Amino acid sequence: MLAIDALLIAACLWLAIGLAGLAAPRNMRFVAKTLFPLGALVGLAAGFVGLGSLGGPAQTAELVIGLPGLPFHLRLDNLAAVFLLLLGLVSAGISLYAAGYFSHDHGINLGALCLEYHVFLASMLMVLLADDAYAFMVAWETMALSSFLLVTTDHKHEAIRRAGFLYLLVAHVGAIAILLSFGVMTGGAGDYTFAGMRAQHLSPFWASIAFLLALFGFGAKAGLLPVHVWLPEAHPAAPSPVSALMSGVMLKTAIYGLLRVGFDLVGMTQWWWGVVALGVGLATAMFGVLYATVQSDMKRLLAYSSIENIGLLAVGIGLTLLFHSYKMEALAALSLTAVLFHCLAHAGFKSLLFLCTGSVLHATKERSLGKLGGLIHRMPWVAWLALAGVIAGAGLPPLSGFVSEWLLLQAFLFSPGLPHSWLNMIVPVAAAAVALTAALAGFALVKFYGIIFLGQMREPGLKDAHDAGPLEKVGLVWLMGLTLALGVLPSTIILKLDAATRQLLGKGLAERVTESGWWLLAPISPERASYAPVLFLATIVATLLLGRWLVRTLYHGRVRRSPAWDCGYHFQGPRAQDTAEGFSQPIRRIFEPMFRMTRHFPSIRDRQPIYTVKVEDHFWYWLYLPIARLANAVSALITRLQGGRIAFYLMYSFVTLILLLLVARP
Amino acid sequence: MMSLSWTGVFGQLFAIVLALALAPLLTGWVNQCRAWLQNRKAPPLLQPYRMLHKLFHKDVVLAHGASALFRFAPFIIFGCMVLACAIIPSLSTDLPFAPAADALALVGVFGLARIFIALAGMDVGTSFGTLGGRREMLIGFLAEPALLMVIFTMAMIAQSTSVTTIVETLAHRELVIYPSIAFAGLAFTMVSFAENARVPVDNPATHLELTMIHEAMILEYSGRHLALLEWAASLKLYAYSCLGLALFFPWGIAERDNLLAMIAALPVLILKLTIGGAVVALIETINAKMRIFRAPEFLGTAFLLAVLGLLVRLLLESRV
Repeated sequence: MLAIDALLIAACLWLAIGLAGLAAPRNMRFVAKTLFPLGALVGLAAGFVGLGSLGGPAQTAELVIGLPGLPFHLRLDNLAAVFLLLLGLVSAGISLYAAGYFSHDHGINLGALCLEYHVFLASMLMVLLADDAYAFMVAWETMALSSFLLVTTDHKHEAIRRAGFLYLLVAHVGAIAILLSFGVMTGGAGDYTFAGMRAQHLSPFWASIAFLLALFGFGAKAGLLPVHVWLPEAHPAAPSPVSALMSGVMLKTAIYGLLRVGFDLVGMTQWWWGVVALGVGLATAMFGVLYATVQSDMKRLLAYSSIENIGLLAVGIGLTLLFHSYKMEALAALSLTAVLFHCLAHAGFKSLLFLCTGSVLHATKERSLGKLGGLIHRMPWVAWLALAGVIAGAGLPPLSGFVSEWLLLQAFLFSPGLPHSWLNMIVPVAAAAVALTAALAGFALVKFYGIIFLGQMREPGLKDAHDAGPLEKVGLVWLMGLTLALGVLPSTIILKLDAATRQLLGKGLAERVTESGWWLLAPISPERASYAPVLFLATIVATLLLGRWLVRTLYHGRVRRSPAWDCGYHFQGPRAQDTAEGFSQPIRRIFEPMFRMTRHFPSIRDRQPIYTVKVEDHFWYWLYLPIARLANAVSALITRLQGGRIAFYLMYSFVTLILLLLVARP
Repeated sequence: MMSLSWTGVFGQLFAIVLALALAPLLTGWVNQCRAWLQNRKAPPLLQPYRMLHKLFHKDVVLAHGASALFRFAPFIIFGCMVLACAIIPSLSTDLPFAPAADALALVGVFGLARIFIALAGMDVGTSFGTLGGRREMLIGFLAEPALLMVIFTMAMIAQSTSVTTIVETLAHRELVIYPSIAFAGLAFTMVSFAENARVPVDNPATHLELTMIHEAMILEYSGRHLALLEWAASLKLYAYSCLGLALFFPWGIAERDNLLAMIAALPVLILKLTIGGAVVALIETINAKMRIFRAPEFLGTAFLLAVLGLLVRLLLESRV
């Protein structure tokens, strides 16, 4: 059986599982405990099919569904295989977790949710397989619609409905741009297959138009500035497994689309495209991480952190475009590998973190950081697994986030030699911004972890918090395993990713990586740069164990418990700890112009003094509200045309007809 | 690069043991110099060892709210610092552990230790612990990019991010002061003062609650945990000193398979550390501690200097 057939069967199985959920919507045990694990198995299989087809020849298929004479063209190549691997393996963990998560959650229509969830998975798979604009757009819109329905699962709250509407709106504006981009790339030939687009030789002007439209369209889906506004609204609104799926996997389909258009379909590269993507990416990354540090809602914090990661991916894509346009293919391969690796890494650790917030939410019914705390005592599994996600997300060795950051910085570092001296100057400054972003990500995630899981419990109700259930644990452990494997065995994974890099750029890193052994990551040569996570981890673990053993043998291991010292302060209630707002106060102060802050300071006469601070997005006020006002004004003008009398409408039609006849005179 | 020689293995183990032994001595020496400069009676040079010995003997007093993370963190931080000392060439560049982490990963090692100490500070849930954790992360996110930029400059000169290759390249260069290295050296000095809780940014001797950073996080530690953290702090100072010496004064560090040079390297290293420690004490004495919100300006300056160094390297020295 061909791999592509297996993947189509997987999509059909997902649809069947979803429909089965619809058949027994009230049977919690059946839907949650049977159908979701089955979905996870299908995901696992799809992931391994993706892994297996990496490096093989491209496979194509035609599906005769849809409009007559317009079949769905499908193609499985190495680029698609990388993202199928991501989709399959990550969604397997999320589905397993969801099986445990939704079996507690009463009050939602689980059958409908099961259908939407699996349609969402199947549509993402079809997005990756699509080989013509028609199939791509159908799958893309199904993906947007099913995820919209998932976001608004809890549609009784107005805030969630608003978030869903905003998401749908931005998704459609983006989809229009993507459609236009495809239209430009057909070059007027009327052939909407991707093969037809590859065969077109566009002029630089039209190619640039197509690229910019794609950047905007896919950027809207991925959350690039300034079309990021839906992301921090929609992610917290959705149930946690859905947030994980959207952040971990769906955002990556947009990155996939950008790579597909930029390196495969357009067929040419202009150097300034790279500069544009680099600039947008840097702005997005800085913006995302700064806003992540000041959030007080745990899921919003993670959503902004996803914006940051998407920004870093755009930086990598920009760098790749820049190198590719100057035929510096070795460096292009290095930065493209960083992009692909970071897609996998982010999918793993961000899903892990989102699912951990799901467990916290179930255990405490609370998502505001200021009301949590001390959960490591009540939820040790979730807490320790979240720690792995935090270390990876902060870009620290030896977990997955560090590897992609390392590769990206290496690509920056060995870039001098670009033909423009000012480009050579921009690149290190961009690297500095990337370094700052990575360091700030550490700040945001320490805040996330420290305030939720460490310290004293800020609310008495937290005493009853319980750990994740068995299925949830399995899902979390699986994702943690992916994060660890990516972090510790980067060379093995880069060898696999190499097929995709080679397909897009004609050059990869494989020879170098195999030359220096599986345990050593040395993308250029061991003399220039090397990183051996296995040795790294082994040294720290060995020192840890040896140190512990030596201390215990030479001295003793006695421990006494007593109240905290705290410099002798007597009152140490949970309110003495930092709040989420307090923790981010330095950031708000240093980067004050970046935030739109409304603060309320109590006066000295207040009987019940309250201090509040609200941080909002400048873009909302500077960009979106003016657009909304403009739309309102225009529609108010148009209302005047509607007098409500038939005679007027007939006259409008008549005038229009006359005008058209004048214009369209042969 | 990967060839394991006996001298290499021996040199590696010796470097680790030497770091463990010399690090408290360096801290003691800096304290002694500082006392002299401030007209105080100096504590004995071996005071840090006595303190470590005393602390190891004591019972651990754990706060009621402390979790397992609190007990693990000192060991992890200590492990990170040992790894850092193992990959920074202090005596010789023949280090089998060197490929484990290049200069960028070295920054990652320090970052890992920082995250654990900040989380440990937040673990008990006291007012000072969380405050210290927040301030440590503030200093961290300001210092880390500056340190990376310094490393970028050096890596561009050596065409490599491997610390040993950088040192080997720089040691073979003729004695000319490059402006880029001067900028980088200045930035590196500022970053190391901030990272090691030294005076313009933090005061290691203070117990004034409003000003402390490092102390605030380890207030709740006692016994062997505190000993390990103190030892790790001195190892960090030692690692930063050795890194600075290796990057900016690389002479006298032995290269691979040269036993004679290795033997000669020890007195050179001790001499360099002695001078370096005295300079640290001097700078600490003639400076006043800044307010915490001056730290961003201080580290921002370091960052700008580092970026300036990099640009100078790219624009003016690219043909050198």
